[in-house]
Amino acid sequence: MELTKEEEASLKGEYGETLALAYRVLVAIGEATDADRLLQIEWAHLSGVNYNTIGDAGEEFLVKLSKDTKFKVKTTVNPMGFDPDTVSKYDISEEFIKKQNSIKNSYEKMGAIPSFSCIPYEIFQLPKQGTHVSFAESNAAIYANSLANLKTNKEGAFSALASALTGKSPFSDLRKDDSRIPNLTIRMKTDQKDEMTYGMLGYFAGKVSGCSVAISGVKELDRRSCKSLCAGMGTSGTCGMFTLGDAPGETMDFGKEEAQKIHDELNTTDSGDIITLGSPQLGLDEISDLAGMLKGKEFKKRCMIFCPRTVQEQARRLGHVNDIERAGGELLSDCCICLTPLIDKKDVDGVITNSVKGAYYLKTSNGVDVNLKNLAQIIQEETT
Amino acid sequence: MTLKVIVKGKAQGQVMIAKKPINFLGAVDKKTGKIRDEKHDLFGKSLADKILVFPFGVGSSVGAYTIYSLKSNNCAPRAMICSKVDITTASGCALANIPLVMATREEYDSLTDGKKILLDAENGKIL
Repeated sequence: MELTKEEEASLKGEYGETLALAYRVLVAIGEATDADRLLQIEWAHLSGVNYNTIGDAGEEFLVKLSKDTKFKVKTTVNPMGFDPDTVSKYDISEEFIKKQNSIKNSYEKMGAIPSFSCIPYEIFQLPKQGTHVSFAESNAAIYANSLANLKTNKEGAFSALASALTGKSPFSDLRKDDSRIPNLTIRMKTDQKDEMTYGMLGYFAGKVSGCSVAISGVKELDRRSCKSLCAGMGTSGTCGMFTLGDAPGETMDFGKEEAQKIHDELNTTDSGDIITLGSPQLGLDEISDLAGMLKGKEFKKRCMIFCPRTVQEQARRLGHVNDIERAGGELLSDCCICLTPLIDKKDVDGVITNSVKGAYYLKTSNGVDVNLKNLAQIIQEETT
Repeated sequence: MTLKVIVKGKAQGQVMIAKKPINFLGAVDKKTGKIRDEKHDLFGKSLADKILVFPFGVGSSVGAYTIYSLKSNNCAPRAMICSKVDITTASGCALANIPLVMATREEYDSLTDGKKILLDAENGKIL
């Protein structure tokens, strides 16, 4: 890799050990992905915020790092393990709360915007077309590349952190225009057009594609289906981008059979004790839709609904929170379904969700059974 | 022979070869540097101060923090040589400032377990 004089000096430690560490990470990842240089990025979105994902080693590292360091560019952060407003209602250990708060404080001390959200693209103003960003959350990276006209690799916790500390990222993979051209087209062949099916389409595409994939046969993709597609894709593989319409090259069909196969893989039970909505977290329009769908209805079981803090505040002012709470729904912010300690297999046998990503993590990380069905079906079957 | 340098540095030590890939998050005790996965061929052995040679890292990317902890607890390998570089090992070695190189099949196969070597990961050479 070719570094500028300034970058070389930083790598050698002339501006302190923290910056040297950040440049070592960028150079190591750059060498591993055949980048020839670093480029400037304008926004970093970090993963590795939930204590369940980074553990003691991560917590200790961040405490040290945050002693004398500030982020160089706009930095937002992924959800943490719980909602501080309601954590006392759950059986979460003192130890978990202490460690989680320490992680939160470290990121805030370094200058992160306390977004604790996996949908930065929906709650922050987007930079101008073609801007390079570093998004570690997979659904956000795919959304940024495919629908927001931004450029990012599907960053990991460390590459995004190093980007936040330096404002740089290796020039490789999806940052290069050539790599953004798909050479495989997935043809949508099923008649089902709900968000869960788009999530499964994403999950299917992510499994079989390289860096970028084309998806054809898709019309009028609403926001809920877009987010579900991005999240499904980010869960199953390394693919970091899709385009809509046919592309030259190989084709594959996603039909009824392929959808059924994925549903069989992720749906492990026909009933559940609780319902979870919001992986990715719900935006304001989805909350407003949900409030509308719940008019005159009541959930038969507990329903946890995840959305960003700012969305919850807006929804409260608009009266949607009231409507949802009246139907028995419980809104949670700053956290999400994935790897949350709020859902424990000792209390719960099965979880009902419309999220393909949520289903995957509930099954593999929380060890609970999942009943995967679309939102319309959940409202129909699980409310009175 | 020339190795691809991922994290620069120089290290001297005894080669320890693992046949299986290493899952740093699950299989390595960050307080002692010992492999605690019973199914791993280095089970019970400590990675401390070795030149660790292994195919590549597997498992959660959080394993990079484990590599950093090993270094903080003074039980990290002095350097690592892989046949394929994964982002977890690369990030972990970068955080901990542990020299890391990628070797071609031939170079990799020429390494002998227990032998003392000097790894020059500035110029990508084994002396």
